[in-house]
Amino acid sequence: MYVIICMHCFCPQNYPLYIRSVPSQSELKFHYTVHTSLDVVEEKISTVGKAMAEQRELYLGLLYPTEDYKVYGYVTNSKVKFVIVVDSSNTSLRDNEIRSMFRKLHNSFTDVMCNPFYNPGDPIQSKAFDSMVSAMMVQSS
Amino acid sequence: MFEPMEPHEEKPIIYTMENKPIVTCAGDQTLFTGLYSLLAQQLPREPMEWRRSYGRAPKMIHLEANFVQFKEELLPKEGNKALLTFPFLHIYWTDCCDTETYKASVKEDMQRWQGVLRLHGSSDWLIVVVESDGKKKNKTNILPRTSIMDKIRNDFCNKQSDRCVALSDPLRESSRSQESWSSFLTKLRTLLLMSFTKNLGRFEDDMRTLREKRTEPGWSFCDYFMVQVLLLRMLLVRNLLNLPVRSWNGLLLRRPIDMEKRELIQRSEASLLDLRSYLFSRQCTLLIFLQRPWEVTQRALELLHNCVQELRLLEVSVVQGALDCWVFLSCLEVLHRIEGCCDRAQLEANFSHTVGLWTYATEKLKSLGYMCGLVSENGPNSEELNRTVDLLAGLGAERPETANSPQSPYKKLKEALSSVESFEKHYLELSHAALEMYRAIGRMRSARLVGKSLAEFYMRKGDAQTAQTFLLDSLKSYTSEGWSLPVTHTRKQIAECQKQLQQTEDYLQTSALLASDANLTDEERKHYCQEILTFANQASENKDQRVALSMSSFAQLRELRFQPAAATVHVGAALQLELRLCSLMPVPVRLEQVAASVHFSLEQPGTRPGPVGSQRRTGVSPDGTVTFPATSPSYGPPQSSAAAALELYEMQDRSPSDNTLNSTGVMCKNVHLLLRSNDSTTSLDMPRGSASALTMEDGAQMLKTNDVTLLPGSNSIVFSSMQAGTYTLRQLCATVGRVQFVLPHIYPIVQYDVYSQEPQLTIEPLTDNLLAGLPQRVKFTIVTGHYTVKKGDALQLTNSTSMPILHSSSCSACILSSTEELVGEAALSIQASEKVTSISLPPTPPYHILEFQLEVLCHIPPSPTRAESERLTNGEVRHRPKSRTRYNSGMASIDQKVSIDCPWSIYSILISLTFYTPFRAKHSLLSAGKRKYIQVCLQNVSDTNFCIANQTLTELQHTPSLELLSLNAKSRQLVYSKQCLYSLWEMKWSRETLPPCLQCVFNASFSPADAPDTALKPYSYEFQLERVSTLYTVKADIQPAVGEEQCRAGSLCRLEVSITRLTDATEAEREDEEAIETEGLRTTKLMYEVVDNSSHWAVCGKSSGLVSMPVAAMATHKVQMEVMPLFAGKLPFPSIKVFKYLPHTAPPMTQTTTSPLLDKGLEDQADTASLRSRGSVHSLGSSDHQQQQRSVPMPRLDPFSPGQVFNCSLTRQVLVLPSTDDHVLEVNVT
Repeated sequence: MYVIICMHCFCPQNYPLYIRSVPSQSELKFHYTVHTSLDVVEEKISTVGKAMAEQRELYLGLLYPTEDYKVYGYVTNSKVKFVIVVDSSNTSLRDNEIRSMFRKLHNSFTDVMCNPFYNPGDPIQSKAFDSMVSAMMVQSS
Repeated sequence: MFEPMEPHEEKPIIYTMENKPIVTCAGDQTLFTGLYSLLAQQLPREPMEWRRSYGRAPKMIHLEANFVQFKEELLPKEGNKALLTFPFLHIYWTDCCDTETYKASVKEDMQRWQGVLRLHGSSDWLIVVVESDGKKKNKTNILPRTSIMDKIRNDFCNKQSDRCVALSDPLRESSRSQESWSSFLTKLRTLLLMSFTKNLGRFEDDMRTLREKRTEPGWSFCDYFMVQVLLLRMLLVRNLLNLPVRSWNGLLLRRPIDMEKRELIQRSEASLLDLRSYLFSRQCTLLIFLQRPWEVTQRALELLHNCVQELRLLEVSVVQGALDCWVFLSCLEVLHRIEGCCDRAQLEANFSHTVGLWTYATEKLKSLGYMCGLVSENGPNSEELNRTVDLLAGLGAERPETANSPQSPYKKLKEALSSVESFEKHYLELSHAALEMYRAIGRMRSARLVGKSLAEFYMRKGDAQTAQTFLLDSLKSYTSEGWSLPVTHTRKQIAECQKQLQQTEDYLQTSALLASDANLTDEERKHYCQEILTFANQASENKDQRVALSMSSFAQLRELRFQPAAATVHVGAALQLELRLCSLMPVPVRLEQVAASVHFSLEQPGTRPGPVGSQRRTGVSPDGTVTFPATSPSYGPPQSSAAAALELYEMQDRSPSDNTLNSTGVMCKNVHLLLRSNDSTTSLDMPRGSASALTMEDGAQMLKTNDVTLLPGSNSIVFSSMQAGTYTLRQLCATVGRVQFVLPHIYPIVQYDVYSQEPQLTIEPLTDNLLAGLPQRVKFTIVTGHYTVKKGDALQLTNSTSMPILHSSSCSACILSSTEELVGEAALSIQASEKVTSISLPPTPPYHILEFQLEVLCHIPPSPTRAESERLTNGEVRHRPKSRTRYNSGMASIDQKVSIDCPWSIYSILISLTFYTPFRAKHSLLSAGKRKYIQVCLQNVSDTNFCIANQTLTELQHTPSLELLSLNAKSRQLVYSKQCLYSLWEMKWSRETLPPCLQCVFNASFSPADAPDTALKPYSYEFQLERVSTLYTVKADIQPAVGEEQCRAGSLCRLEVSITRLTDATEAEREDEEAIETEGLRTTKLMYEVVDNSSHWAVCGKSSGLVSMPVAAMATHKVQMEVMPLFAGKLPFPSIKVFKYLPHTAPPMTQTTTSPLLDKGLEDQADTASLRSRGSVHSLGSSDHQQQQRSVPMPRLDPFSPGQVFNCSLTRQVLVLPSTDDHVLEVNVT
């Protein structure tokens, strides 16, 4: 069980472009967790960004652990942030799998951006993106 | 922890280093003591390559050793796995150099040593024989060194001769000594490493065996664990720190190694938590030792999370809250440990590492507090008290090592759980610490989350005020970043605060936002909506006390539609304004009133162009709708990105002089909106501080609608309007009881116009040009404006004779509405009196258009070009532009002014119409001897084709003897556009003389080519001819030279010019004074001139001369001169010109009027031969001649009028043969 959220950062605001989570009681908590994780994402971007903006790794790794979740981050070159939250009890997911999930997300997101009718900055409503995320969630739950 | 085995040496340095492999020393202790320092120093100097088993990569290591005195107890017992206390090498030291001593004591001692070793299965030993020269000297019976060595080797080293080493003169500085030292050290290292490898390998094997047995019953993890730990520690001891630390996990302690826990493990009694704690404490010690304290915090957090998870997974039963206590204690313990080893600056720089633990501790304390009822206002109940007691009991007694520190985590927890007050103190302390740290490292979101949980705490404590500040801070961040769920949640909390604080207005605003929040359930939304409605309907003692709320949370303005679409109406017309409001409320809301305030900007009535030409407003679509961007009031992408599209315009800067492009660019017209600071966009969400923005503008004009029920979703509300002016919609306000929902700004700007217009009359031609002489239609347009045309209103046109108005019976007017739709038709009645034509208009409502057409005729003036005949030479008309006449493609124009009296004004309107004459006429006089002809050329200068008929030429005053004989075709003739029609008349007269002046009128009828015959209109052209009759004939003849039959080129010929007077003195001549009375005979002087411009002839001798002619009929004068043809062929005669010669007595003032000077161009023109007799011009006229004339009275030359001189031989030619010599014809062929 995990949540996937992408965030956009064309402007200083980090408003969510797409939030998807397994429906549960603690959805609100997910949101708070992910929102807070942006702090760490920004911290990582800014510290890494100074060092080598060019060959920056997109995958930021585990942002921070909480008692219940593990939060992973990924930032595209255009500073679009992806966050995946995994339940802490899910020990079967390896770092590499998370990494490949992010890569999939990124590819799918690129497809969304390529859509000429998509207005960058709008919430993502693409069905293709939706189904890709659903598939990922089913697969890894 | 490795206590010295025996304090036999004073040097503490040896024994404090616990982490070295043990090497035992037997034999001569004093000898070893002397060598020890050198040995310990030399041993680690050079690295050794350590080859390891199982394919692990070899490693270079520096060996060190802990030398201890040999004791039997040191040797490991069977099964003892203590690697650290294991002696790896046993060395026997001796300096014995004499056989006696050796045999007597040393050998025995060695044998005993060997025996002990063998007993314990240890084969790692070494015998060192130290030789010193000094010792040798003292003894007499010295054996060679080798013999002792050999003996020892013989006795002990059966096959291992390398286990006996000699060390010669170790304390001396000599090459020999150095050599022996180095070989000794190499041996020592090799043996040590060998033993180490062997023993470690054996140990590892044991461990693996143990691991393989793990499925067997009775296998103890603790045993295995201890074995592994030992191995690792051994490696650590050897500084071989490429540890597989991953397998380490554990927890906190102040002592380097928690022996208590270790014992527990060794006794296989440890709990999972104990084990983990133990492991972590070891790790912690290691990391701090390695100067990596920040990794400790990270691992601590990880460990704690893992433990909690695992306990949950394993469903280990723990007392409720016990885990929280454990986590709390652990966090603080680690933090204390870290604080203990770092200074303050270091800590501050690494808040990012520690803050996680702080927050975790805070969270745990909070949950403990909630669990134990320490957070509620009323304090804990009995159940909660029981729980607290259980937890405190579970903590057990404080450990002795921390008992003395007043700030120990244990004490803190105990204190926090003991009372409500102290809990608050500790909780706030922790929270604020975490908050400050987050702020310090710039993690504002995390800080706000802590703030939110603080707010929850304050709410529980009933301190809504403090809670609100934290909540508002968080809300700001969530809204600006568009996180809907957190926004909703935080808002709900804020609403609760505001309700408690009795902040009515803010509470209502928040309620409105919540009622429209799609994240909430219907019940919740209805609840908040009901809160608003309840308040609104409360009877308030103060009626004026109204609450203004932002409309954006209540309803959204989606669309606005104008009817009519142009949003421009005249006064009195109905303009409908339809608003589409999308209600966000979950239930229908009845609004008492919806009002739109409009801003009125005064505009001069009438300056705005009429409804037809009114410009389209920006943002208004052609069907009159304005669509407003959908904005989400509570969250979502900020408006700046969604709402305002860039309004870009191309901008070009051209230079004013030559219109070249200076610069070009793109301009954004709504920058001020796009660059608006983000604070202002979110201001609506902040109930505070925005109250001033929500007040309705006072005194503004309002559009109102009463009693509207707003259903959830789309609604439409209709307004209608108003008075003249331009209005801008400013605000929208919906009133529900005491509550007003105000939309403070309407953007994009919406304007509509209500205008008032003055009546207007325009007259314009239907065709491009109005033609004079033909009936033409003109259109009258009356824009009524605010004036109502009543029955009996009439236009009074002042008649002018040159332009009568033709009124036909079937004249009707159209009435159009302001949008140019046909409303009706009505007949016009036109009454014409002598002076005035009156057109009575049909009744027309205001702001309509009345159109009708009339036919007018403009008479062509008979002689429009009178002024041009000023200097006629032969009747040709030379046009010069004149002020009165304008030319439009060669047409003369006539301006006609019409004065009109309108019923709406006391002033007359003067309207000017321009007509164009379709024809241009020219006349000329032609002569043939005495016979005269008049030619009239009629040119069609218009674009229309005409039929011309009935051309006649008449005299104005009939001369009885004169007859004009038409030589023209009778039938009507078609004259196409730009073509000419020539007509010719012969003049016949019976009497001898003609009147000197003839005034003629040319008349013709014309009609457009496609018009019926009846539509013929007259055209007349008046002109005047003077001095018509021929006075002289000039005749020239060229004769070949005498004796020749033909003229030849190059030879002189005779030119004979004879001038004959045809008539007696005419009336006109008599009046002139040019004739001179001499000897009773009237003579007049003529000047002739022979000119050949074409260089055919060479005039030899005098080419001009004066002739005195008697004024009598048939008087002839002949002149002869020599000319020479220059070419052969048929040559035209040279031209002969005749002028009147006026003597100098003539008054000079006449010079200007009868100037003989003509420009050269005309003279050239005169040469073109034609039937017409042309006025001969004196070519002598030159500028100096003229100047002479001016200064001195001089005789003058005056040309004759056309027709007065007839040149009989004007176009005659004479055949000239080539000169006789030139009978060779040159032919050039190219």
